[in-house]
Amino acid sequence: MTSVAAAWGARWRRRSAVPGLGLTLGVTVTVLSLVVLIPMAAVAARGLTLAPDAFARAAFSPRAVHAYQLSLTTSLIAALVNGVLGVLTAWALVRYRFPGRRLLDSLVDLPFALPTAVAGISLATLYGPNGWIGAPLARAGITLANTAGGIVIALTFIGLPFVVRTVEPVLRDLAADVEEASASLGATRLQTLVRVVAPALAPAWITGFALAFARGVGEYGSVIFIAGNMPYRSEIAPLLITIELEQFDYASASAIALVMLGISFAGLLAINTGQAWVRRSSER
Amino acid sequence: MSGAPVRTRPHPNEDPLWIRIAVLAVVILFIGVMILAPMATVFVEGLSKGLGTAWEAIREHDAVAALQLTLLIAAISVPFNAVFGVCASWAVAKHDFPGKSLLVSLIDLPFSVSPVVAGLIYVLVFGLQGWFGPWLLAHNISIIFAAPGIVLATLFVTFPFVARELIPLMEAQGTDEEEAAVSMGASGLMTFLRVTAPNIRWGLAYGVLLCNARAMGEFGAVSVVSGHIRGRTDTMPLHVEILYNEYDFVGAFAVAGLLCLMALATLALKTLLEIARPELDGHGV
Repeated sequence: MTSVAAAWGARWRRRSAVPGLGLTLGVTVTVLSLVVLIPMAAVAARGLTLAPDAFARAAFSPRAVHAYQLSLTTSLIAALVNGVLGVLTAWALVRYRFPGRRLLDSLVDLPFALPTAVAGISLATLYGPNGWIGAPLARAGITLANTAGGIVIALTFIGLPFVVRTVEPVLRDLAADVEEASASLGATRLQTLVRVVAPALAPAWITGFALAFARGVGEYGSVIFIAGNMPYRSEIAPLLITIELEQFDYASASAIALVMLGISFAGLLAINTGQAWVRRSSER
Repeated sequence: MSGAPVRTRPHPNEDPLWIRIAVLAVVILFIGVMILAPMATVFVEGLSKGLGTAWEAIREHDAVAALQLTLLIAAISVPFNAVFGVCASWAVAKHDFPGKSLLVSLIDLPFSVSPVVAGLIYVLVFGLQGWFGPWLLAHNISIIFAAPGIVLATLFVTFPFVARELIPLMEAQGTDEEEAAVSMGASGLMTFLRVTAPNIRWGLAYGVLLCNARAMGEFGAVSVVSGHIRGRTDTMPLHVEILYNEYDFVGAFAVAGLLCLMALATLALKTLLEIARPELDGHGV
């Protein structure tokens, strides 16, 4: 390497003498642009070709607004269910020793490995009026298939691993002596859990909750089979995009997609803000 | 507890027995209802007319075509994303440069985009009314409603998997070994092959495994760009949907059972990797 290049390079890699930055960064940025950024720009470009009132008609029609509300509320409920039961699952996996623990641990990841369409038809059958779980529920007067409740079931399945997998490593690394110190200073078990354990888990919990929620808002494959997809009742936002596309109305599809992207980015922003807030309040 | 003889206090971190039993019961019920029962449903429904009928559904012409297409898509998109992931994590983890955290966020972006939107963006670029639609039509090239579109949509949704696995691993390993190799005169490529590659191979295998599972199982994004041409542009998950919507439940669940077996194989390999390499455990989210 010539001295000029070395001097130029020094600006870029102050701490690293490892070569290959130019090549690998070049490949990364090029591929990222071609596969992700430029195609994503197409949605904005197409959605914004609509005049403002046409955009509003497409993106905020009563049917679309209902679909966003449905997607958001069902994702929120599913993420809350996973937030509670996911922490319990992580707790059991880390703190308890019982036969089949390893198997249970592996099974938690099934929603990541199982194709969503397989999950979709299976949940639709299982929780349908003739399914093992759906039939007893139907006798008790509870209908899940073709309702928002069914969507919550599918989104709970899809989001199940997130809270478990984000909380688990933090729980494992949580030093046992902190809890012991809290107990020896006279705190009750409940006080220790609320004042010592919960704050330590909070940032990871928020991340897992937000990931499960974000995944739920965009989820498609596992939902459409159990949802029944009735407009104004059980029609999720991603499905509306496919309906617009089937009518070759690219602009309306893009408008709805832009609203959904806005929701995702607001969600990401909320995660970062939430984590910063938790970090600040735990330092205080 | 009143009236009971004073017992030695249990270990302060240990939950009382009744709490342990209650928590475990809730957890096992949760996993049973959400994970085990759906899985059992797939196999019970798939085999409800016997193994022979299920096998027929899998051996059927369109199902075999779907399997071949799924394997082809994975064979293209997984190696591509593996190479990209190694490149990206080499740049990000071994160097400092302005805009690094933005780059990492952008690599993660596909995780926060709905699969349906992932399909839509390629329709907007390559579809008939898309940016390049007229040009592609004039040159008789099909991307949307053909295999290339399915590959692109799959690339998008699986884009972050390998990079996300490797970046924290390579950051934790630092650059000391690479710097030593370079200072002793090794070329960049030689340093990567002899020093870095052995350090990251398990993390890479882990990322590739998860990437492959998603590539073979992707539904939403692929559904938008595929056009659902039976025997031509149907992947296995799309074939499952078609059979199910035609009320061929045995066929749908038979093909689904095959996908479920693949998922179980993925989980088994993942567990083995985590047992062999405990530092990988807890990743994959």
